[in-house]
Amino acid sequence: MKRRFFLIPLVFFVGLLIFLGLGLRHDPREIPSPLINQAAPAFDLPTLTSDQRFSPKDYLGRVWIFNVWATWCVACQAEHPVLVAFAKSSGLPIVGLSYKEIQPQDEEKSPLSLEAKLTLARLRSRVWLGRHGDPYQLSVLDLDGKVGIDYGVYGVPETYLIDPQGVIRYKHIGPMSSEILANEVLPLARSLQKGS
Amino acid sequence: MLVELGHFALMLALMVALVQGVLPLLGTVSGTHLTWLPHSLRWGWVRLARASTFLQWGLVSFAFFTLEWAFLHNDFSVAYVVEHSNSLLPKPYQFAALWGGHEGSLLLWVFLLGFWSSAVAFFSRSLPLSMVARVLGVMGLISFGFLCFILSTSDPFVRVFPPAMEGRDLNPLLQDPGLVIHPPMLYMGYVGMSVAFAFAIAALLAGRLDAAWARWSRPWTVIAWTFLSLGIGLGSWWAYYELGWGGWWFWDPVENASLMPWLIGTALIHSLMVTEKRGTFKAWTVLLAIASFSLSLLGTFLVRSGVLTSVHAFASDPARGIFILVFLALVVGSSLSLFAWRAPQVAQGGFVNLVSRETFLLTNSILLCVATLAVLLGTLYPLVIDALGQGKLSVGPPYFNLVFAPIMVPLIFIMVPGSLLRWREAKLQDILPYVWAPGLGACVVSVSLCAWMGSWSAGVLGGFWLGAWVALAGVQQMVLRLKRPGRIGGSFWGMQLAHLGLAIVVMGVTGVKSFEVERDVRMGIGDEVQIQAYTFKLIGMQDVKGPNYQAVRARVQVLKNGQEVKTMLPEKRHYYSSAMPMTEAAIDSGFLQDLYVSLGDALQGDTPQWSMRVYYKPFVPWLWVGVLVMVLGGFLAALDRRYRVGYAASNAQGVLSPQTARA
Repeated sequence: MKRRFFLIPLVFFVGLLIFLGLGLRHDPREIPSPLINQAAPAFDLPTLTSDQRFSPKDYLGRVWIFNVWATWCVACQAEHPVLVAFAKSSGLPIVGLSYKEIQPQDEEKSPLSLEAKLTLARLRSRVWLGRHGDPYQLSVLDLDGKVGIDYGVYGVPETYLIDPQGVIRYKHIGPMSSEILANEVLPLARSLQKGS
Repeated sequence: MLVELGHFALMLALMVALVQGVLPLLGTVSGTHLTWLPHSLRWGWVRLARASTFLQWGLVSFAFFTLEWAFLHNDFSVAYVVEHSNSLLPKPYQFAALWGGHEGSLLLWVFLLGFWSSAVAFFSRSLPLSMVARVLGVMGLISFGFLCFILSTSDPFVRVFPPAMEGRDLNPLLQDPGLVIHPPMLYMGYVGMSVAFAFAIAALLAGRLDAAWARWSRPWTVIAWTFLSLGIGLGSWWAYYELGWGGWWFWDPVENASLMPWLIGTALIHSLMVTEKRGTFKAWTVLLAIASFSLSLLGTFLVRSGVLTSVHAFASDPARGIFILVFLALVVGSSLSLFAWRAPQVAQGGFVNLVSRETFLLTNSILLCVATLAVLLGTLYPLVIDALGQGKLSVGPPYFNLVFAPIMVPLIFIMVPGSLLRWREAKLQDILPYVWAPGLGACVVSVSLCAWMGSWSAGVLGGFWLGAWVALAGVQQMVLRLKRPGRIGGSFWGMQLAHLGLAIVVMGVTGVKSFEVERDVRMGIGDEVQIQAYTFKLIGMQDVKGPNYQAVRARVQVLKNGQEVKTMLPEKRHYYSSAMPMTEAAIDSGFLQDLYVSLGDALQGDTPQWSMRVYYKPFVPWLWVGVLVMVLGGFLAALDRRYRVGYAASNAQGVLSPQTARA
């Protein structure tokens, strides 16, 4: 009788272990974005290459990937080859969002006009894409980061999958891996394409 | 090359840890088993314990310092250095960047474990060698587990080719003097609990849970507890001035992970005292020793595996999580099994009177355990819900405040009678002459504090009363003790100071929770905001350039009743390596209150305006002072002369006692 009493801590601990083990299978980074299954927030931004502007409604009817990046972002550099390869192999259109390309230190000496910021951002981004490869159909410039806020960007890079109705169906925070793209994003994109 | 040598030294340390963990323990197996082994051989194994401990620590230290060398010399061919350092980073932060990430934190863990093991090996001359061998053996096994973990999943010595031109820099949040000292102190506490644990396991293995065992464990437990207190205090202080939210405790899972071993460690210190003085509560004390280290390991697991999301969870890797889980299962599972098997034989409980110091200390233990369970439940509840597929949720401060306070109130109340009552058998009437004065005095203190702050409520009065009750009773006991002749031991001063420190913290928490005023305002140049007697006026903005960041700095003039008292300079920093701006709050600390200004974003508009947080935080300094007083008490208690005088050896028993009698 008394011996059984001494087993209580062990039993309690085993129960705890089971839950910790189950907890391990869940990815804490998988923050359920409130934006999933919501319409992608609208915007209208200048693109990298020309004076054309882009808005998500231009891509209604297509399944596309929206990728937040910046030349100053080190993790984006790590992610980049994966995106380049994926763009080639899958044929899915990827739209880039160049996020806050102009950083405070760029304006160290003197504040830049919007025009100057745009020119500098375009120049730098094009050089960077020229060197690392360009996976994007087009890339838009979010200089003040407001679109980033609408999309709930936690940190660069982030990736969204948007369906033909303009609804966000998937979000990934942090660098993409080819495994995630092949096992999660691509199957989802294909099923969305079939559904449309 | 040096880095490879460090890597190699770490592998050697793994082998030595295996020797340290296995041979001395085998050597102490009692005479009826392993009789085929020659006695001299086993005696040699037992003697290996100290040497292998020192050797292992030497090897781990070498590895540790080669990595430090790589950090200080900007060796960007080491992946870990690339990820956590930068050539622009100031030297002290380059040094501290070693524990800014997962791999380095673990290396620090093992390094400190080596330090503690060596300290035990060095300061255990008065202990029977068989006991030393068991303790060091258990610590060697723990070290072996952690070294396996580092080398198999979290190797900080991996090179990158080609070498990077520049490092990615340390997370700006961690670029702070607080980070240089907070993790080492906290880890000293976490890892220090392994000593009490090893002593408990050694005692269970030896089959002797007695007063001598409790006496050996006490100073080690107290010193680990002291470091843990200091680490938690520093963490709280760091969160207060660095995160820029003006809070000092968030019930974040990582904070909880450090609070739980602290609570159990506190219970353990008190329980060990009963076991030493009265020979009772033996099984309970052993269980607390196992629990405190298990919770330290659980803390490491929660933080390092990334099971729970938190600001601190910079490592999220399932392989690591599984390793720690298995390790946790092995260490805690085997110790609890050993407990279930051996404790019933070796622990004969004594009879305890209802009114005695023992009863109050047992109540203290139980309340602390209940508090720990409440924190554990709140911390793991989101995990359990998630594991059951019920979605994601978080348990916030309202739960913890609601559950924690009612447990703390009786706990703090009984601190006074508990420290006054006699052992064995006491009468409540005996302590009456000593309690009415502090009780009345506390009423006066709490009423006058409330009158002075100009706000009344039962909660505030009660909180101040409790703090003052403990503090005044402590002062009274110290005065009375000083009047009596005789040498006063460090443990008396330690206990009184630790209790006094807690009393100050209790009053501080009550004050800051009840009287703080937080205002989030938008201000342009020349705008003012009024809080209590203070007027905050934004008088200017300027750009400032730091070594690896640039910042906007606001000048805020503080006026009290029209008189200028202070200019505060909060900053918003943009580190070159990170997109995230950092808030550097300006804090003006007085004896009774803090003024706290933090600068937010610039707002769009016709005239430039900024969002600002202007806080009036009374009693915050009391928290830090209270923790420091507690820490001072802890050191005094641990350094008590009594523990250093070698009368523990007199009742040495065990398989090798003939040889150890001379020790």
